[in-house]
Amino acid sequence: MAETEILLQVQDLKMWFPITQGIVVQHHTGDIKAVDGLSFFIRQGETLGLVGESGCGKSTTGRAILQLYRPTGGDVYFQGQNLTKLKGEPLRLMRRQMQMIFQDPYASLNPRMTVGDIVGEPLEVHNVARGRELRERVMDLLEDVGLNRYFVNRYPHEFSGGQRQRIGVARALAVGPKFIVCDEPISALDVSIQAQIINLLEEMQQKYHLTYLFIAHDLSVVRHISDRVAVMYLGKIVELATRDQLYFDGRHPYTKALLSAVPIPDPAVEEKRQRIILTGDVPSPANPPKGCHFHTRCPVKITGTCDVTDPEFKDIGNLHWVACHRVS
Amino acid sequence: MATLLQVKGLKTQFFTQDGVVNAVNAIDFDLNEGETLGIVGESGCGKSVSVLSLMRLIPSPPGRVVGGEAWFQGRDLIKMDMEEIRSVRGNKIAMIFQDPMTSLNPVLTIYQQVSEALELHLGMDKRQSRKRTIELLDLVRIPAAANRIDDYPHQFSGGMRQRVMIAMGLSCNPQLLIADEPTTALDVTIQAQITDLVRQLKQEIGMAVIWITHDLGIIAGLADRVNVMYAGSIVESADVKDLYADPRHPYTLGLLHSIPRLDAERKTRLTPIEGLPPDLIDMPPGCSFAPRCRFAMEKCLTETPALETVARRHTVACWVDVTGGKR
Repeated sequence: MAETEILLQVQDLKMWFPITQGIVVQHHTGDIKAVDGLSFFIRQGETLGLVGESGCGKSTTGRAILQLYRPTGGDVYFQGQNLTKLKGEPLRLMRRQMQMIFQDPYASLNPRMTVGDIVGEPLEVHNVARGRELRERVMDLLEDVGLNRYFVNRYPHEFSGGQRQRIGVARALAVGPKFIVCDEPISALDVSIQAQIINLLEEMQQKYHLTYLFIAHDLSVVRHISDRVAVMYLGKIVELATRDQLYFDGRHPYTKALLSAVPIPDPAVEEKRQRIILTGDVPSPANPPKGCHFHTRCPVKITGTCDVTDPEFKDIGNLHWVACHRVS
Repeated sequence: MATLLQVKGLKTQFFTQDGVVNAVNAIDFDLNEGETLGIVGESGCGKSVSVLSLMRLIPSPPGRVVGGEAWFQGRDLIKMDMEEIRSVRGNKIAMIFQDPMTSLNPVLTIYQQVSEALELHLGMDKRQSRKRTIELLDLVRIPAAANRIDDYPHQFSGGMRQRVMIAMGLSCNPQLLIADEPTTALDVTIQAQITDLVRQLKQEIGMAVIWITHDLGIIAGLADRVNVMYAGSIVESADVKDLYADPRHPYTLGLLHSIPRLDAERKTRLTPIEGLPPDLIDMPPGCSFAPRCRFAMEKCLTETPALETVARRHTVACWVDVTGGKR
């Protein structure tokens, strides 16, 4: 892949949510470290997949990048501008460049607004178009995402899940963004519909030169759509590499376990497969284990090292980052 | 192997304000003792309703089993009176549900919930049921079961709650365990734990399992036989290896091609199944998959195909031979 311009650079991003006690006076008693020190970049036009189990902080990462949550610490540079330092009007203007597609197409569309109003709202907010021009623009967008242009006057309840997700895509595309955070855009859809939306996202990426942060828990889908993949566990990225490096030469024990847990639709393959079954559950992010967060479930942990010091997130060559004491 | 369950012409409808919903359209299938049957299909295809019909758990009104038989150990589940079916449910046939967060009662302890069936069906007293509950929790690999038996569901994680559900299901040594999407709400590493557990338990106990899912991946590693359902009907039924190696229904083919595989060469584009599943109130005439089918011919739009044997233990409901031969 040719070295292209870096669009988004994240440095030591932290998003902590306070835990408070008390009814009248709130005492700050701890923090849920949902995202705890992430550093990565996304190049212009590429798709970075972000995978991990529920509660690992992948959605929070997406939201903290877009400044929907104000990060507790760290910097997010978008085209060289530090978003964490922006507020008010300058930040609002930046939002034209960055949009989001949500997981649940049933909850993310206002049931009282027509499709035309939903897709047209960002255009109005950002003064891109109004009146007849706005309507034309909305109709073009609907056609773009594979819907009939005369659906503008319909309401969300008249559509199926897959069609609603297309509306969500149209809304995200309306203001002509450069960067879209796709937060589990297909998880709520049926198997036969998922492929339709994945193909749509890929078409739109090519047509409008979009850059995606694709958040998902389905490793097969992430592999299909991503150029590079980051694996998260309990608020930290444990491994980040190109798609093929990660899937064929994953180094972190969590990555290996995650890959081996994905069922493959072929009984002949399944029969021969050696599974790494992790014991136990993901610990609570309010009280993460000392040292490496993964050591409580790790099949190859080194007692005295992994449960004491936090491994460094380092490049082991060819822009393949791993955070593990076992990997050098 | 002896047949454990024989379902013939099972038909379930829901009578709603908008019309009659044909949730299950006269399905037939058999299940042998100790066998694992996978039922695959998308949401709304009738996979859950078909097993809920067997268990007589369809809420009525609006739903009703309008026809068919389900022979289980010489008796027809559909014709049983309430008392009889109650003695089968949770005893000879147990069920685990999709969402372990909502299918346990939050105000009862784990012990109270697991022991209920033991006391009801097996007539155990408190001391016996307590001992057996601890054994069951050990069996499903809950660590320090004796200490956790008086905990409440909120003190357990999602994976552990699903283990508790399985323990409840196993409590009376059922001949048949019905699992309705038991891992859909769980993370992939926890899903691997649960499927692994069920596989082991099946060997230890030797019960038959019906596993309902939309995930063709899980079924591949778990089932002996698979029924593929679409719009309330079984469209293909085969041994698990034959189904994946030699799928004969265009819908099965479509499903297999529309999911990216972790181990396969990455394709540049996925091949989705175009369109949407039909409205079950207003079903198209002919084959219900025809409007989305790339093989559809004129006949498909007017005449409904029946399940026909195309190979050994392999039946398909389709007018077209997707392998290119003649039918």
